[in-house]
Amino acid sequence: MTRARRLRLRVFRVIVLVLGGAFFLVPIGAMFEFSTRGNRVGAPRTLEAWTTIVTYPDLLGAIRDSLGLATITSVGMLVLLLPTMIWVRLRLPRLKRTIEFLCLLPLTIPAIVLVVGLSPVYRWMAINLVDTIFLLSFAYLILVLPFAYRALDAGLSAIDVKTLSEAARSLGAGWGTVMFRVIAPNMASALLNACLLSVALVLGEFTFANLLSYLNLQVEIFQLGLANAGTSIAVSVASLMFAFILLVILSFFGRPRKRVAPERTGLPYPIAAAGPR
Amino acid sequence: MIAAGNPDVKTARRPREGGRRFPLHWVGALPFLIYVALFLLLPTAIVVVGAFVGKAGPSLSNITDLNQQFVLNAFVSSLLISTASAVVGAVTGALLAYAVATGNPRGVLRRVVSSACGVLAQFGGVTLAFAFIATIGSVGFIRLWLQERGLDIYANGVWLTELPGLVLVYTYFQIPLMVLVFLPALDGIRPQWREATESLGGGTWHYWRYVAGPLLAPAFLGATLLLFANAFSAYATAAALISQGNPIVPIAISNFLTSETGRNNPGLAQALALGMVVIVAIVMTLYALLQRRTSRWLR
Repeated sequence: MTRARRLRLRVFRVIVLVLGGAFFLVPIGAMFEFSTRGNRVGAPRTLEAWTTIVTYPDLLGAIRDSLGLATITSVGMLVLLLPTMIWVRLRLPRLKRTIEFLCLLPLTIPAIVLVVGLSPVYRWMAINLVDTIFLLSFAYLILVLPFAYRALDAGLSAIDVKTLSEAARSLGAGWGTVMFRVIAPNMASALLNACLLSVALVLGEFTFANLLSYLNLQVEIFQLGLANAGTSIAVSVASLMFAFILLVILSFFGRPRKRVAPERTGLPYPIAAAGPR
Repeated sequence: MIAAGNPDVKTARRPREGGRRFPLHWVGALPFLIYVALFLLLPTAIVVVGAFVGKAGPSLSNITDLNQQFVLNAFVSSLLISTASAVVGAVTGALLAYAVATGNPRGVLRRVVSSACGVLAQFGGVTLAFAFIATIGSVGFIRLWLQERGLDIYANGVWLTELPGLVLVYTYFQIPLMVLVFLPALDGIRPQWREATESLGGGTWHYWRYVAGPLLAPAFLGATLLLFANAFSAYATAAALISQGNPIVPIAISNFLTSETGRNNPGLAQALALGMVVIVAIVMTLYALLQRRTSRWLR
C-alpha cells in the first residue's frame, strides 16, 4: 500500500467513524438533555421529570405489567421450546427443518400482519377465557421464537446432546431428568441469551399491545408523551438503558463461538432484522 | 433421583423394520406444533382467507376495495419511504462497514462497532421516535441550537412528523443492520485480489470497477432488499412519530383494525395485510436468490 493511499484511507475512516458516532450518540444524548430541562426558558437543570415518574400510578402499573409479561414470556419460551428442540434432536431429526422453519417464520411476517390475524383470536380469548394484559404473552412467545431458537440452537450444537442423554438414560434417568438436570445445565449461557433477548424484545414491544388495546410499558410511555413529554422521555431513557445493558451483556459475553451460516436455516434472514419497531 | 426407579419407560426402542406402527414419539413435538398452529399459522390463515371473504360469503370485494385512491397512496408512500431509507441506509452502512473492515479484525474498534450495531439494529418504536423528537423536534436540542444560529430547519413546516422525517428516523436502525449484514461480505474480499490488480497495472478505479465492485454487488443489493423489507414492515416507530394524513400501509391497517376511528373494516385490513405479505415475500425471495449468488465468491 502506498503512503498516499494509506493516508487517504485513514482520513476516510476517521471522518466516517466520527460522523457515524455523532449520528448515533446525539439522539440519545438529546434525550438525556430533554429529560433534565426545567419548566421555563432559562430555568436551571432539574431531575424533576425523573422524580415525577413515581407519581404516575398508571406508569408504575405498566412497568410492572411489562416486567411480568417479560417473565411469563421467557419462562413460557423455555418450557415450550427447549424440550421440543431437545426431543427433536434426539428422537425426531426428520422434523428439525420444519421446527426451524416455523421458528424463523415470524421474522418474515410483519408484526402488523400478525396483529390483524390475531385480533379475532384475542377477541375470542377475552370473551371466553379471561381478559388480562398477560394474554399478550401468547403473542410475544411467537415474536421471540426466532431469537430464542437461534440462541438455543447454538447452545445445543455446542454440546453432545446424544451422548449426554444416552449416558443419563443408561444410568436410569427419565426424560425430565435428562432435559432439566443433564442438558439444560450444560447450556446455561445459551439459556441466558435466549432469556435476555426475550426480555429486551418484550420490554420494547408496542405494536401488539397498542392494537390489541392493552397498556404495556411502551403504550403508556406513548400516551404519557402526549401529556408530559419530559417524564415520558425520562422513562424512555430508563427503559432504553435497561434494554441496552441487557443487549450489551449479550453481545460481549454470550455470543456463540460459531455463527450459524444463513444458508443452513430455512429462511435466509439475519436475526438482527427484527426489533420492536 | 426421582426417575431412577423406572428405567424401562422408553429406553431406546429398537427400530422395528417393516413394522408401520403409529410412531408414538411424535407426541413429544405436539405441544409446540399446536401452539405454533394456534398463534402463528391460524392468524396467518385468518389474514389470507379473510381477505377473500366479504359480508356474505366468499368474495373479492376486499381485494377490489384496495383499488381506492387513499389505499394506493398508502402503498406508494410505504414503497417510497422503504426504498429511500433502504438506499440511504445501505450506502451509509456500507461506508461505515468499510471503515471498520479496513481496521484490525481483532481490534477494539471492530468489537465495539459490531456490538453497538447489534444493539442499535434492535432499537425502534416509541423510544426511537422520542429520541428524534428530543433531538430535532420543534423544541429539540439540535433544532434550538441551530435556531440560535439563525438556521431554521423547519422553515417549510415540521417535516419530522411527515414522510421525510420517517426516512431519517428509519436510517437509525437501517445503518446498523447494514453494517451487520455487509461486514461479512467485506471480510470475504482478499487483499491478494487488490495486489493482483496492481501487478496487472490496474489502479484504484480499476480495482473497484472490475474486481471488488462486481463481487460485492450481489451482497450489496441483497442487503438493500433486506433493509427494504425491514422498513416496509415497521409500524411502531411510524405510529409514534407520524401526524395525521398521508399514512403508510401499516398505519392504514391499524386505522381499519381499531374501532375508535369509526372506520372499522377488518376485511379491508386483512386485504391490506395480505398486500404487505405479498410484497415482503417477493422481496425476500429476491434476497434469497442474491444470497445464493453472493456465497459463490465471498466467504
